[in-house]
Amino acid sequence: MSNTASELPLYEVFIRSKNGLHHKHVGSLHASDDEMALTNARDVYTRRSEGVSIWVVKTDNVVASQPEDKASFYDPNDDKMYRHPTFYNIPDEVGHM
Amino acid sequence: MVSPVTDDREEIALNEAFQAKVDAELKIEPKDWMPEGYRRTLIRQMSQHAHSEVVGMLPEGNWLTRAPSLKRKGVLMAKIQDEGGHGLYLYSAAETLGISRDEMYEQLHTGKAKYSSIFNYPTLNWADVGAIGWLVDGAAITNQIALCRCSYGPYARAMVKVCKEESFHQRQGYEIMMVMAEGTKEQKAMAQDALNRWWWPALMMFGPHDSESTHSTQNMKWKIKRTSNDELRQRFIDATVPQAEYLDLTIPDDKLKWNEEKQSYDWGEIDWDEFANVVAGNGLCNRERLQTRRDAHDGGKWVRDAALAYAEKRKKRAAKQAA
Repeated sequence: MSNTASELPLYEVFIRSKNGLHHKHVGSLHASDDEMALTNARDVYTRRSEGVSIWVVKTDNVVASQPEDKASFYDPNDDKMYRHPTFYNIPDEVGHM
Repeated sequence: MVSPVTDDREEIALNEAFQAKVDAELKIEPKDWMPEGYRRTLIRQMSQHAHSEVVGMLPEGNWLTRAPSLKRKGVLMAKIQDEGGHGLYLYSAAETLGISRDEMYEQLHTGKAKYSSIFNYPTLNWADVGAIGWLVDGAAITNQIALCRCSYGPYARAMVKVCKEESFHQRQGYEIMMVMAEGTKEQKAMAQDALNRWWWPALMMFGPHDSESTHSTQNMKWKIKRTSNDELRQRFIDATVPQAEYLDLTIPDDKLKWNEEKQSYDWGEIDWDEFANVVAGNGLCNRERLQTRRDAHDGGKWVRDAALAYAEKRKKRAAKQAA
């Protein structure tokens, strides 16, 4: 479907809106190199001081899980209820724990 | 990757699971299975939305050098830059559906993809810039607020970001109209003239009547569309009429009248022949807008080529130094 031969490479953009918060994916953009990706990300995604830190990552370098593998991929953890605090019966008189 | 679905029953099951997810208000994300029609509709709608943002820069761009003060130039520049940004959010969201940026540009430049007809009208006087912000951005916001709840995650998220920024566009436009309407007799006449020319095209932005709208039912079911064309149009009219009254300007519709029972306005009828004609490419500025876009894209080619060549050179130099 896609003919991307002459396109500038695609980058994913992540922004930390303020210190204390995680970087969060905000979208993507095309740029010729890392430096242009960073300055373009600033112009496209932070025109109103939306961020204090930007990460740009070439989309090709993102490794992602597949939605259709969801069951088999996450299953192994679903039956380990003993990882949750509610699995354990502690008498009320012990107090908050 | 998903293997090609050869079994009809499997396809039906996938479709049902998809619809159940949509009905449960769960968002669809790029790699999730989706019906081909859903993907096609979104690609069409999102790319045309992106094209509209980009072409939308042109009527206002004409006024950058002629804006009446440094403040207005700065404001207009910021607004136009936002429109470009909105186009970029939308293009990148559309790319998650498997269409490339180049394909979308190609569709715009060859006339295969449409953009909002409103941008095929000329901006004749400075009050037009005010009327565009007030009415065109106002209509766009009405549409886009509804799209913030679209079932496709990347589109909905882009819309949230766009809506946050559009409010400034409408307010700066209304402020221009306020200043003009309170100015000299001539200035007020210019404001009225701009309202006269932009009112009906702004109402056309909501598209055909629900009874004429071909894709509406399926798009509502898929929750790509959340509110009908006529409902959104009425919402816009009800919000805008009092704003015109405040400006002491007259909306060019002699059938416009408050309906106490409905608690909303009755109004006349759109000239649908004009709408069809502009969509078909015969508006006042269709050819000029498209040519400007093509020239901009072709004119920028050497910049893109140079940037890629520079990136390549730096990569080679780094590899040499490492060796």
